[in-house]
Amino acid sequence: MTTDAVVTAALKPGSMEAEKAAQRPFWISALIHAALIGACFIMIYPLLWMIAASVRPQDEIFTSTGLIPSAVDFGSYVRGWNGLRVSFGTFFLNSFVIATLCVIGNVLACSLTAFAFARLEFFGRQFWFGLMLMTLMLPYQVTLIPQYVLFLNLGWVDTILPLVVPKFLAADAYFIFLMVQFFRGIPRELDEAAMMDGCSAWRIYWKIMLPLSTPVLATAAIFTFIWTWDDFFGPLIYLNDMRQYTVMLGLRTFTDSTGESDFGGLFAMSVASLVPIFLFFLFFQRLLIEGIATTGMKR
Amino acid sequence: MAVRAGEAAGSLGAEAATTPSLWSRMSERIGPGYLFLTPWLIGLFGLTLGPIIYSFYLSFTQFDLLTSPEWVGLDNYQRILTADPKFMASMRVTFLFVLFSVPLKLAFALAVAMLLNKGISALPMYRAIFYLPSLLGASVAIAILWRTIFSADGLINQLLWTAFGISGPSWISNPNYALWTLVVLSIWQFGSPMIIFLAGLRQIPQDMYEAASLDGASQWRQFWKITLPLLTPVVFFNVIIQTIEAFKSFTPAFIISGGQGGPINSTLFYTLYLYQEAFGFFRMGYASALAWILLAIISAFTAISFLSSRYWVHYDD
Repeated sequence: MTTDAVVTAALKPGSMEAEKAAQRPFWISALIHAALIGACFIMIYPLLWMIAASVRPQDEIFTSTGLIPSAVDFGSYVRGWNGLRVSFGTFFLNSFVIATLCVIGNVLACSLTAFAFARLEFFGRQFWFGLMLMTLMLPYQVTLIPQYVLFLNLGWVDTILPLVVPKFLAADAYFIFLMVQFFRGIPRELDEAAMMDGCSAWRIYWKIMLPLSTPVLATAAIFTFIWTWDDFFGPLIYLNDMRQYTVMLGLRTFTDSTGESDFGGLFAMSVASLVPIFLFFLFFQRLLIEGIATTGMKR
Repeated sequence: MAVRAGEAAGSLGAEAATTPSLWSRMSERIGPGYLFLTPWLIGLFGLTLGPIIYSFYLSFTQFDLLTSPEWVGLDNYQRILTADPKFMASMRVTFLFVLFSVPLKLAFALAVAMLLNKGISALPMYRAIFYLPSLLGASVAIAILWRTIFSADGLINQLLWTAFGISGPSWISNPNYALWTLVVLSIWQFGSPMIIFLAGLRQIPQDMYEAASLDGASQWRQFWKITLPLLTPVVFFNVIIQTIEAFKSFTPAFIISGGQGGPINSTLFYTLYLYQEAFGFFRMGYASALAWILLAIISAFTAISFLSSRYWVHYDD
């Protein structure tokens, strides 16, 4: 079964099921919808409660289970934003720079690698491909300490390089795999015709493959952005200077220092940290869901 | 990943055998693929293969980053396996977490996917809402939220009090309950396996159900005799991915316990213990040995899954 078939099947309601649904008595449909709406509400209740907590008066946070604040007050956002020695503006900027660089690195390096595996023939291709698949399973803890020693010796600790450079070396095999699958779906006739006209491999990659692969490149870009934005472990071990902190490190420091007294500010910054991810969710939901349905992304 | 990985490797071979000679002649002219592989090869050797070998070496040494590694033979492994109560505690916590979070998460994922597969309207909306926690869940912000709603005067206890008049304990600071708040957090993120199940359910031919209905098979029987057997490749895939992810889980336990793995080591995930040894005490050799034990556990789990799969995973072809 091809990737496309899976995606199409996953996204379109089957006609048989629609028929089945039409035969169903109204009250059963209503029951299913009621159950689903209830479940959805329970699922997102904690998120809604956090948003409410971030705008309600401080003394109400731990006395109210409801979602409607007695008064809306954005003071928590102002307090939270400047709650640490360094403002959250710096943390957001740092996170944004790191995530953007990682996106560029991943898209370029993984697509180059995937193009070689999907389209070029060279000695040992299957061997390297198999090795690439094996690295998918490797827990990062095994390479963690030697990588730290390496970056320490290079003088890269306390810079963003350890977080960014690996992406330019296609260290995320997930995306290579994702792209190999997509590239294989592109008709070979296109690049064969281009080759007959004397087109080089580089030009085929750049002028034919990449433009035809925008969906998979976008999927890789969005997942890279979200995962890097969320990443806590990498920044935790490599960044020590607060001016270098990402949003996630900032939040953690907040919980350690002022968090116990200023829950409003803590929630306000937590909500703010989720906004970029939520925007991706809102606008690129289809790509995210297709990405999961086709390759089984872990999140 | 692994299920498709096998397929992918197979089709790569098949492709190579059947490609027209035009292609091979042309690819000779356009030069070697190694040029395209260069960045990845540098990464493979510099960031993966080299470090794997070095990490294996370090696991037989004592190393604090400041002085050079000192060979101690099997000492690290011996101490871990025979005289390290924290290791035993972290193993217990991690295995409990994997054992409960993975099956429950997948059960929820499958149940909701089956409900969504009944041809209901507004499917994309429901699917999106169920998926949202998976997407946000790994964030520090969500761990902070969890820590607050399960605290003594948090949302959960307020709800328990208003609804049932029960005054609940502080879930996160009670060693009997702290781990379960993390299990709940993991189950809450059932959205992505749900999407994979949904895609799998769509692949099951509807006429099988129709035939079964005509023969008078109940819904329950249809689930056990048609849905589940045909879905086993997807179940297998989800079990592998979710189990490995559960073994590697770090951030929620770190945030909820303030980096300590407490109370009384009840949230001391294996990864958290490894982090403490490496970056808290700078016992890099010892931590490397811990990493290799983790690799051994994950490899053993994966190998057993693959070996057992031929007895329970049903492939069509």
